[in-house]
Amino acid sequence: MKKIGFPITEEEIKGLKAGDRVLASGYLYTARDAAHKRMYELIQNGEELPVDVNGQTIYYVGAAPAKPGYAVGPCGPTSSYRMDKYAPSLLDRGLKVMIGKGMRNDEVIESMVRNGAVYLVAIGGAAALIAKSIKKSELICYEDLGTEAIYRYEVEDMPLIVAIDSEGNNVYVR
Amino acid sequence: MDIREISAEEITAAVKKLFMECNYYAGDDISQAIKTAQENEELQIAKDVLQQLIDNNEIAAREQIPMCQDTGMAVLFVEYGDKVAVKDGSFREAVEEGVRRAYVDGYLRKSVVTDPVFDRKNTKDNTPAVIHTEIVPGDRIHIVAGGKGFGSENMSSVKMLTPSAGVEGVKKFVLDVVAHAGPNPCPPMVIGVGIGGTFEKAAQLAKRATLRPINTSNPDGRYAALEEELLSEINKMGIGPAGLGGKTTALGLNIETYPTHIAGMPVAVNICCHACRHKECTI
Repeated sequence: MKKIGFPITEEEIKGLKAGDRVLASGYLYTARDAAHKRMYELIQNGEELPVDVNGQTIYYVGAAPAKPGYAVGPCGPTSSYRMDKYAPSLLDRGLKVMIGKGMRNDEVIESMVRNGAVYLVAIGGAAALIAKSIKKSELICYEDLGTEAIYRYEVEDMPLIVAIDSEGNNVYVR
Repeated sequence: MDIREISAEEITAAVKKLFMECNYYAGDDISQAIKTAQENEELQIAKDVLQQLIDNNEIAAREQIPMCQDTGMAVLFVEYGDKVAVKDGSFREAVEEGVRRAYVDGYLRKSVVTDPVFDRKNTKDNTPAVIHTEIVPGDRIHIVAGGKGFGSENMSSVKMLTPSAGVEGVKKFVLDVVAHAGPNPCPPMVIGVGIGGTFEKAAQLAKRATLRPINTSNPDGRYAALEEELLSEINKMGIGPAGLGGKTTALGLNIETYPTHIAGMPVAVNICCHACRHKECTI
């Protein structure tokens, strides 16, 4: 299995092909529906984002609360298509990796190819297992959104699959 | 039969237990179906994904943490005996308090927002629940509780078929909904089909069907055969575990029916993920 780092390098992106299974280590940011809506509105208004997404990774997740003694609660991926409306504008700002589950629309895939980004998936519902690869969680912003706030996760050997590579090859199209 | 008093606290405690346990422990029917599917898969990726689900569910049960982070919106089907009186409170508030305690004390995710369109503010305790109550004869309360995740809920659909569509129309609609859902609802799925009644009754039947163990069949042999046929057709689609290909697109398919109008044949398809969480109790 390939090992990659977050933030990802240009070389790593080029080396990833749809269907590859990878173990990722480094750090990423979490964001789902409500945080995307806020960031999208900031971009529309020409304002700065609370997180510089250039070169970064966003994981579509809203974790369950952590039990005492845990770094993070169960945290599997949420359905990515709900972020399709917002993703191209983040990709245009340099976002390199999106992690979620399920399909993306054509606009997102075109934007990925144009910007040299990849879309990875985690196994939906394997939330307790995935949480084992999250070593640290830190609140970054939008605390009022509860589980939908933006967190920074430190990850170690997070198991992922390349669903759509930077050339637009798609594991779901068979 | 005399009136039987049940304390609000007893109802609250029962509801809390149902929601915590259904989120921590996969049902035996689901665990067995995943295990069998894992043995039958030929594609390596499908085998591996199913193994991850087996491992995941073992971790969740052992550590008493939710198997999926989306611990759902609380749905309850209640059969409320007409000889039951709730002491020291109301039934509705007792149930809501049980949901509140399960989600707050049990480290379950709070996923409910107040107003659906304008405010969308998290209620912070996962209330209110969706409660379907039927008054039945007797002095007991039977509760079927389900934590419904929305990755799969969003892939569900209702269609007002008309009588001439027949069984072929039902089949086509169910298969279309599942094909359209594809990898999004966390396959392998559990599929609930509700046929008959009215617009809202069909949807309610479909939800109830997802809460019936998948190792049971509709008591009417014709529907039991239809359950088997549809499941077999769905598993030929090749969507597979996590949508990455394979023979296991659905673990089970249940049909529930109700009489309907001479002019209609409503059909609802409620999709559930492999984490098909439900538990029941009688008070």
